[in-house]
Amino acid sequence: MRLGLAFLLVAALAAISLTVGVSGLSLSRLLAGDGRDWLILWESRVPRTLALLLAGASMAIAGLLMQIVIRNRFVEPSTTGTVEAAGLGLLVMTLLAPGAPVIVKMAVGAVFALGGTGLFLLVLRRVPLRDQMIVPLIGIILTGVLHAATTFFAYRADLMQTVLAWTQGDLSGVLRGRYELLWLGAAMAAVAWIAADRFTLAGLGRDMATSLGLAHGRVLALGLSIVSGVTAVVVVTVGIIPFLGLIVPNLVSLALGDNMRRAVPWVAVSGAGLVLACDILGRILRAPYEIPVGTILGVIGSLTFLILILKGRRNAA
Amino acid sequence: MQPEARILPVTPAQSETRAQLALILLGGGVFLAAALFMTLGARGSWAFVLQFRGMKLLGLILIAHAVAVSTVLFQTVTANRILTPSIMGFDALFVLSSTLLIAFMGSVQLSGLDPRLLFAARLIVMTLFSMALYRWLFLGEEQSLHRLLLTGVVFGIFLRTLAEFVQRMLDPNEFMVLSDMLFASFTKIDPVLMGIGWALVLAVTLWLARNLARLDVIGLGRPVAVNLGIRWRRDVLLVLALVSVLVAVSTALVGPVTFFGLLAASLARLAVGTTRHAVLLPAASLTAMLLLIGGQTLLERLFAFNTALGIVIEFFGGVVFLILLLKGGRR
Amino acid sequence: MIETRALRKSYGSSLVLDEVSLTLPRGGITSIIGANGAGKSTLLSVISRLLTADSGAVSIDSQDIFRAAGPELARKLAVLRQDNHLNARLTVKELVSFGRYPHSKGRLTPACREAVNHAMTWLDLTALSDRFLDQLSGGQRQRAFVAMTLAQETDYILLDEPLNNLDMKNARAMMLTLRQAVQALQKTVVMVLHDINFASVHSDRIIAMKAGRVIHSGTPAQIITPAILRDVYDMEITVQEIDGHRFAFYYG
Repeated sequence: MRLGLAFLLVAALAAISLTVGVSGLSLSRLLAGDGRDWLILWESRVPRTLALLLAGASMAIAGLLMQIVIRNRFVEPSTTGTVEAAGLGLLVMTLLAPGAPVIVKMAVGAVFALGGTGLFLLVLRRVPLRDQMIVPLIGIILTGVLHAATTFFAYRADLMQTVLAWTQGDLSGVLRGRYELLWLGAAMAAVAWIAADRFTLAGLGRDMATSLGLAHGRVLALGLSIVSGVTAVVVVTVGIIPFLGLIVPNLVSLALGDNMRRAVPWVAVSGAGLVLACDILGRILRAPYEIPVGTILGVIGSLTFLILILKGRRNAA
Repeated sequence: MQPEARILPVTPAQSETRAQLALILLGGGVFLAAALFMTLGARGSWAFVLQFRGMKLLGLILIAHAVAVSTVLFQTVTANRILTPSIMGFDALFVLSSTLLIAFMGSVQLSGLDPRLLFAARLIVMTLFSMALYRWLFLGEEQSLHRLLLTGVVFGIFLRTLAEFVQRMLDPNEFMVLSDMLFASFTKIDPVLMGIGWALVLAVTLWLARNLARLDVIGLGRPVAVNLGIRWRRDVLLVLALVSVLVAVSTALVGPVTFFGLLAASLARLAVGTTRHAVLLPAASLTAMLLLIGGQTLLERLFAFNTALGIVIEFFGGVVFLILLLKGGRR
Repeated sequence: MIETRALRKSYGSSLVLDEVSLTLPRGGITSIIGANGAGKSTLLSVISRLLTADSGAVSIDSQDIFRAAGPELARKLAVLRQDNHLNARLTVKELVSFGRYPHSKGRLTPACREAVNHAMTWLDLTALSDRFLDQLSGGQRQRAFVAMTLAQETDYILLDEPLNNLDMKNARAMMLTLRQAVQALQKTVVMVLHDINFASVHSDRIIAMKAGRVIHSGTPAQIITPAILRDVYDMEITVQEIDGHRFAFYYG
């Protein structure tokens, strides 16, 4: 019931998103069959809104999945090096095979993302003490190092513009024919939903999961592959949407508790709604210019992250 | 602690010799690097080359000193070796205060102002900000190092994105003025700012030179320092204010550099093997100069690509940070 | 004389010091005992200005400690906490020399050097003076810190569980050293102790705390009794007198 209301709210946001933009749309002209208005709606607004919904929902689910399998509340693709590694992969493809179809670039990006996540896990394994706080800390620094590497290559190859496009989640360039890959990301996120129980079990830790008869390693690999795939898709189509996968699952779990199967629809809806709201905000705040959705979410996301950390401090004291 | 003990000196005499040797080697290295930087590949009029490169060299020295000293001081008062002012977002704070200044006053008003006055305004805004922030973070109840680190790092991200957000809200023309003001580089240094920078940094350095023993006592940690008569709150805030000044100077001159200070301070600690500020501060400063001048010489003259030095340093600095974390980052 | 007046301190909703008013005369050893969480260490920290109280006042020789200048107070009162992890890498001698900072601000005078050597002799550290702290055992390190507080040449020395991490031999040696310091140098020592038998044998006064309040104080003979110990620790403790000292038995 409450979930239904949330769906309605997101639908309303989507409707607003269809009408907000530089060139005005009017309902009466659409009804009158005005060709220009229909073209804008069909070629730009609908793709953009769909892209927002898909990217928001799948990134939020990817974040949730990652928190469950890595067993830390503060990880998500942009705090584990996954996003930066995907960007590095895309850069490598742009350097080596600029003509490759986008799906191939995305696949390579996904492989790099998986590699980046693997590197993160490897570093984690060597950390002597497993403090809740040190895990995201290492991830953020790893992200910084990967970012420096990416910047270095991009700088040498004169591709800073391209890198900038990925590092700033920006949907102003989304048109029909340039966002459809996101459906694939959403499909992967759906797999995560279907296999939710297994991931919840895997989240209990290796010993517990194994004693319950679960092939822990394989489930972990599946989970991280899904996360990497979703990340690569989102980065290649709309760029980095920072902290979304971190704050949405945390806020949902504050309200609902930690059962993944129950949380997934809420996380998906809230993720989609939050990204939509931020994008609409970005379009109207400084019209006719646009503020990228990545910038707005960066501010909201890091602030929320900060509050989550400090809230933990008060509880611990 | 164990793996490090192997490379540290065992007796005070060894320790003393080691520190002196390290300082001499570092000093010699800096001298050599500076000489190469001034002369290598020079063509045309020597007078022009020396003047042109001399300006750049003065800038590099100033930046290296400011970044290294601010990092060591910050690590002393926060009792850790991982956190640096720039990882905690001090430089983002400077960018943010400059952005806010433009947002509220408008570039027209600002362009009429004396650049020195403008710099002073940015510096004051930033120092006030940082005082408020670090009072809240460091002078509260004692807390876990990792939580503090994470808070600092995320706060840095928050400040950076907030600055970016405010910049996006600016008029594109105002933004142009701002980026002119903000995004200098190692090779393009404003002579007026450099004059102010040198004056400020010399003043801070002079104060430090007279208070080395006090810094050593602060480095013993709050309980022992308070016992020895340090007025903790006042002294820590004072040191943080000095750190703000140093960071403001380096950020105004070259823009944000996240991991450079960490790289220099960590290498210097390794080289001298002591925590006495009389040795550590000059060592860190010299290490930073060696990295910056040597690196710039290598990149400019040998590999012939410009301004990427910042990026290279970021990369290695980041790796050092990871290594420090992996070693446990003892408090 | 150390006086506290109506000290209150709370962390969040839990009250750790509840209207503590106390007078500690000059001279002798005073031990503070009590169960975990009774507020002993907090009281010691407030008296030594490491913590601020929410309300109330502390004065030393009629001087308010929060108004007194830092260095001036540091020449009158020294405090040593139980966990002294240092970031700095120092030799024993360097650490003990830091005790002179309140007097000389880092430039050691001949009088300073004498005080440092004296403190090291007193704690039997002369042979170890050039060793780095991280090369010492826990007991030796503890002695080095105590030597630092002695070199400070203060009238009052406050110690938070100085016997923690010490084995029997070192614990006994530490207590004897402190006794000598009190007798020969007219120091006033106040310490938090967990071992009530050490407190009984070596103290001139014992202060018993429970739930943030001082509930009893007096000589060992007055405090080490089954009735009072039951009140303090909420358990049955038998007391026997051996060689003129009272011992508590709570092992069976």
